[in-house]
Amino acid sequence: MTRTQLFIRRMMLHRVAVVCAGILSLLFLFALSAPILEMLLNTDASKVNLFSRYLPFSLQHPLGTDDLGRDLLVRLAYGGRVSLLVGFTAAIIAAAIGTSIGLIAGYFGGWLDTLLMRTTDSVIALPLLPLLIVLAVIDLEKLGIPASIANHQDIGLYRIIVIVSLVGWTGVARLVRGSVLSLRERPYITAARAMGVPAKRIIFTHILPALTSPITVATTLSVGNIILFESILSFLGLGINPPTPSWGNMLTNAQELIWEAPTLAFFPGMLIFITVLAFNFIGDGLQDALSPRSKKR
Amino acid sequence: MLTVIFVMSFVCYMLLGLMPGDPVDLLISADPNLTSEDAARLKALYGLDQPLFNRYLNWLAAALQGDFGYSRLYAKPVLEVLWGALERTLVLMSIAFLLSVLLAIPTGMLAARRIHTPTDYSINFLCFAGISIPSFWLALMLILLFSVILGWLPANATPLGEVGFFQKAQALILPVITLSLVSIGGVTRYVRSSMYETLHQDYITTAYAKGLSESQVVWRHGLRNSMIPVVTILSLDLGAFFSGAVIVEIMFAYPGMGKMLFDAINGSDYNLALVGLLLATLVTLLANFLADISYVSLDPRISYQEQSK
Repeated sequence: MTRTQLFIRRMMLHRVAVVCAGILSLLFLFALSAPILEMLLNTDASKVNLFSRYLPFSLQHPLGTDDLGRDLLVRLAYGGRVSLLVGFTAAIIAAAIGTSIGLIAGYFGGWLDTLLMRTTDSVIALPLLPLLIVLAVIDLEKLGIPASIANHQDIGLYRIIVIVSLVGWTGVARLVRGSVLSLRERPYITAARAMGVPAKRIIFTHILPALTSPITVATTLSVGNIILFESILSFLGLGINPPTPSWGNMLTNAQELIWEAPTLAFFPGMLIFITVLAFNFIGDGLQDALSPRSKKR
Repeated sequence: MLTVIFVMSFVCYMLLGLMPGDPVDLLISADPNLTSEDAARLKALYGLDQPLFNRYLNWLAAALQGDFGYSRLYAKPVLEVLWGALERTLVLMSIAFLLSVLLAIPTGMLAARRIHTPTDYSINFLCFAGISIPSFWLALMLILLFSVILGWLPANATPLGEVGFFQKAQALILPVITLSLVSIGGVTRYVRSSMYETLHQDYITTAYAKGLSESQVVWRHGLRNSMIPVVTILSLDLGAFFSGAVIVEIMFAYPGMGKMLFDAINGSDYNLALVGLLLATLVTLLANFLADISYVSLDPRISYQEQSK
């Protein structure tokens, strides 16, 4: 059997992860089909219509309408685009930061290792949410970013990707450092060093490829966390700005409207929950499938 | 630890300096009679015309003498506002923490003893659910169920007016449940994996071999040894636990550190936000330190006296 076949077979053994992968694909399709849904239902999900507020479930509005008369289902689909986009981009950026830090700390060791790992441990121990809140409200113009960019309408999206990745790299960094520490004592690395291969080349051609699986696992697991952070910040009104919907900011008004329209509070949160759960299970499944020592379940 | 606090105070000061507006801008917007000369004079008075770094040094000098400034929102010295909030947060966090640990230890042990059985899988599934659920949404759903539909519990964690102990406790039920539910999954998983490893050690086999009953083996020999890694991970998780408390406090309008920090940042109360952030960090670090000390009681081999590096 090839490695890929072996991997697929092992992955299939983790049935929950397979089911979750299915659910996640459906969610992706749902998010991607937002404009099509909008067309099929013949509504405009960005248009405020005060005459159709809080409509119940119907054929025209399968999940009813929200406090501004917009179709809930279509807005959920658009919100999913934002949440998944932020989740993936920030997770990948965070993985890149974490991998670099882990590689440097693990390979070069010494005071550099101590400094980097102390920093990592401090970031993990910090109460992150208050810091994220501060980061979310800082004035970009005071950072020297020109006003035309700082006040751009999509800035909320980029800002949240940046700040969430700034705190999301710690898990990957520790994992990569641990793996590098054991890898660099292997004979093939020692041999490479003895032959005078420069450190840069050892890292990129001999160490990094061997780290693909742990990095994949850690990144998958961090997507869920990042989506949670994004939704919290957006919920508090500090992330994605309305009218752009995200699952988090769709819940912002829901707390006050919980008496009139409980469904508004239910669906966006349920989707966040399912998505994060799916990512966590897939990460768990990948871990079992990719780690060579894992026993058959 | 002191170094971390110094670094944090610098970082936080700089970050808060980057927040929109400054205290005098707020005064100007509140009082239309202020002229621009007044504003300049006020800025000079507060030292706001100086570069951020000099302002930090001034703040640090005052802070080292115990002067942390006044809170703008509460019109009281910052520390006075903070102590009450800290106390309320610690009450909330410690009850929730105790509850989740007390539930997680037996559950995790059960899963470890029945590893790879339906019991284990169900527990594992529930743990993942607990880790993945958005805490603010869980709070919303609990409010919906218990306050709106059933009407059993208040949605607001601070009952109005003078109330007895019973009402106060009743108002705390939902916040405590929310906070415990979101942290219990992680703890259970740590207990499970640590217990599983411990149960495969040689001395456990020996304990069985000398005829101890299963419960004696698991509770007396297994539990204590499996707790060391759990304590490590738990102490590292305290920051996340505090973040959870922030959400819960905001959702239930509970006037603890988290709610106060959020209000301070939103309401441009710089002094309060700064000292609040530092205090939260300090408390987390202290808790980590306590965890280090608790190793000694768990594992007599660890001693801090011999480790004089």
